[in-house]
Amino acid sequence: MIVEHKSTLRRQKFIAHAFLWVFIALVMFPFLMVVSISFREGNFTTGEIFPQNPTLEHWYLAFGLDYTRADGTVVTPPYPVLLWMWNSVKIGLIASVGIVSLSTISAYAFSRIKFRGRFALLDSLFIIQMFPTTLALVALFAIFDGLGEVSPALGIDSHWTLILTYMSGITLHVWTIKGYFDNLDPAMDKAAQVDGASPWQTFRYIFLPLAVPIIAVVFVLSFIGVVNDYPIASVLLRSEDNMTLAVGSRLYLNEFKYLWGDFAAAAILSGLPITVVFLIAQKYLVSGLSDGAVKG
Amino acid sequence: MEASRSQNGHNPLQIAVVAALSLILLYGVFALYLAGQAVIAVIVLAITIGFAIIFGSNRFYAQRFIFPGIAAIILFIAFPVAYTVYIGFTNYSSFNLLTFERVTEVHLSKKVIDEESQRPFSLVQDGDSYQIFIKEGEGGYLSEPTDFAAPAKLSAAAVSEVPANPLKMGEVVKLRGGLAQVEVVLPDETALRNSGLRSFASVQQEYTQTEDGTLVSNLDGSTLTPDQSQGFYITETGEAVAPGWRVNIGLDNFRRIANSKGIRAPMVSIFVWTVVFATLSVGLTFAVGLALAMVLQWPHLRGKTAYRILLILPYAVPAFISILVFRGLFNQNFGEINMILEGLFGIRPNWFTDGGLARLMLVIVNTWLGYPYMMLLAMGFLQSVPADHHKAAALEGAPAWTVFRKITLPQIIPPFLPLLIASFAFNFNNIVLVLLLTRGLPDIPGTIIPAGETDILGSFTFRMAFMDSGQQFGLAGAITFLIFLVVAALAYANFVAMRRQASKRAAQ
Repeated sequence: MIVEHKSTLRRQKFIAHAFLWVFIALVMFPFLMVVSISFREGNFTTGEIFPQNPTLEHWYLAFGLDYTRADGTVVTPPYPVLLWMWNSVKIGLIASVGIVSLSTISAYAFSRIKFRGRFALLDSLFIIQMFPTTLALVALFAIFDGLGEVSPALGIDSHWTLILTYMSGITLHVWTIKGYFDNLDPAMDKAAQVDGASPWQTFRYIFLPLAVPIIAVVFVLSFIGVVNDYPIASVLLRSEDNMTLAVGSRLYLNEFKYLWGDFAAAAILSGLPITVVFLIAQKYLVSGLSDGAVKG
Repeated sequence: MEASRSQNGHNPLQIAVVAALSLILLYGVFALYLAGQAVIAVIVLAITIGFAIIFGSNRFYAQRFIFPGIAAIILFIAFPVAYTVYIGFTNYSSFNLLTFERVTEVHLSKKVIDEESQRPFSLVQDGDSYQIFIKEGEGGYLSEPTDFAAPAKLSAAAVSEVPANPLKMGEVVKLRGGLAQVEVVLPDETALRNSGLRSFASVQQEYTQTEDGTLVSNLDGSTLTPDQSQGFYITETGEAVAPGWRVNIGLDNFRRIANSKGIRAPMVSIFVWTVVFATLSVGLTFAVGLALAMVLQWPHLRGKTAYRILLILPYAVPAFISILVFRGLFNQNFGEINMILEGLFGIRPNWFTDGGLARLMLVIVNTWLGYPYMMLLAMGFLQSVPADHHKAAALEGAPAWTVFRKITLPQIIPPFLPLLIASFAFNFNNIVLVLLLTRGLPDIPGTIIPAGETDILGSFTFRMAFMDSGQQFGLAGAITFLIFLVVAALAYANFVAMRRQASKRAAQ
């Protein structure tokens, strides 16, 4: 800027960096603590950032392995973390594939095919989107409790139940992808129509390949959303072996059985992959976030 | 659409697939109906018909694209929302869990033991099969042999001597399951059942159902009358007998909320806290996010990418993990936060047992979790504020704060508004945070339902339905209905704000 002096500018730069450093220190504090805690002995010890007697005990347990302490006692893993992780990944992947297919196909129709009631439907989707599924949990529980009498695969404590419930969470994504399709040149589908392509063929061979970036965004967003869900999974899942990470991790910090150290290792193990995926994809995710939310 | 019109006539494969899938769905409808799930059966039936029409006829080509998505939304969002409201008008709870038919069955299957007919018994083993000996006077009755594999009626014949080598008690205990299945019929047609580890007795049904549905006791002739308005069988003195069944009780749940002080008082305080919590969360995350975005946007700042990545970390880490990490860090006795506070100021706040501090903790953690989202959005919107405006204002000598207030803020608030409303709605129902961090605790004293100082409306109903032994689904449904009204108002406001923004864009 034109009016600034060199010395004030230097001072301002210093203040800006200092402010950011302090803030980042606050943000990083919990993460650094967790890493430190995961190497401490026992589940209750407080102490220094760099543990004096670092131990891999919590890490062994997180990976589902028995750990033999120096005095010969063998500790067995309290919970099946890797199994929970697998459950989370499995449910997340299947549900996200479902969400992406349903919302891409719907978004194409809303963006490109003219049919009656299109705008009314879109508006209702926008309103419905505001009602979180977590509010209808009482009903969902009653419904699946009943469906379970017909087929256990659709009852309480089944992964398919959970996947179906998550797959209905497409409303916001339909809007996001529709915004993306709206920006594509209409001349393309005109050309396809002239060549005799059906709407399905136009979708399959023209729009689908073009939509890969936004599909990737929606896929990652819905995967993270599914893996992060706690309330729905905690109501619909019962047995320990069926739990997802989000439900299972809660068990570590129970009032009566407080496994702080074991939790720390399990949390890093399970949180790291998602964090890395998010950070790699963040640039695209962010544009997807604001686009879908505002475009009308 | 020209293309679809050219595909006149039906493809036989298409018809076959549609018919097959419809049949499978119809079978599902039938099974649902048989299982007593009539409402769900009707909805699945409607979806089946919709499916057959839309995919069977070529007229609805466009609708085929949206049908699967819309069906999923109707089944798993719209219907549950409506059903929750309906449950709010019923007495569904752990006391009224079953259907009327099941409750009647439960009462009819109750058995009473006739004490006078009680006789000792012993077992005689012969290879794989056993005989039951029932003592009577000097001798007794010996049943035909059985292997206890299936329920059976065993006729017994009179014998004059007690068998020589009866099984030991330990062996008898092992055969308990089989013993419960059999009935021994004496020569005089008296049927005896196992009534204890050492005895057989004649067992009779406690109640018999009369034609008008009343249950009459076979012991003392007292009656149980079904009361469809309460969902319970009522004794002659007017007492309800558990278990009950689900019935529609009209506005009773809402009356309970309005009239019972033990519910109303905590609910009002929870509602106020929910609004305060959502407002503070949106306000703080927006302020922190915007401030950081403006610093990061400063042209003279170096290392932006690194700062940005570090600053969005709280958003990248799964929330359930961060929240639980904070739960541990805030722990009163061995949490790291209290260790630092004690070292610096000599205090150890009771984060989980003091209501005010617990609420403060909730807001701190939520700000930590939510500011990156606001920061990312603000960075996008700040870019669309023309740089000339800032330069012009700076040339005029306006202080930075005035530039921000008069130029930056007015330009980014309108596009931000729909997102702020959505964020308010999200935090209004942010039950993940509450359930994982505090579970709503500490409890508000003097309530008749579990209600905590940090509970927001959503977690309050969640706890009432799923974490309390009473499982008061009906009451939870009624409160959820009230939450729906708030959410609907928010959704409408968001819709209007978004429309306004869209039309403004179109005008530009």
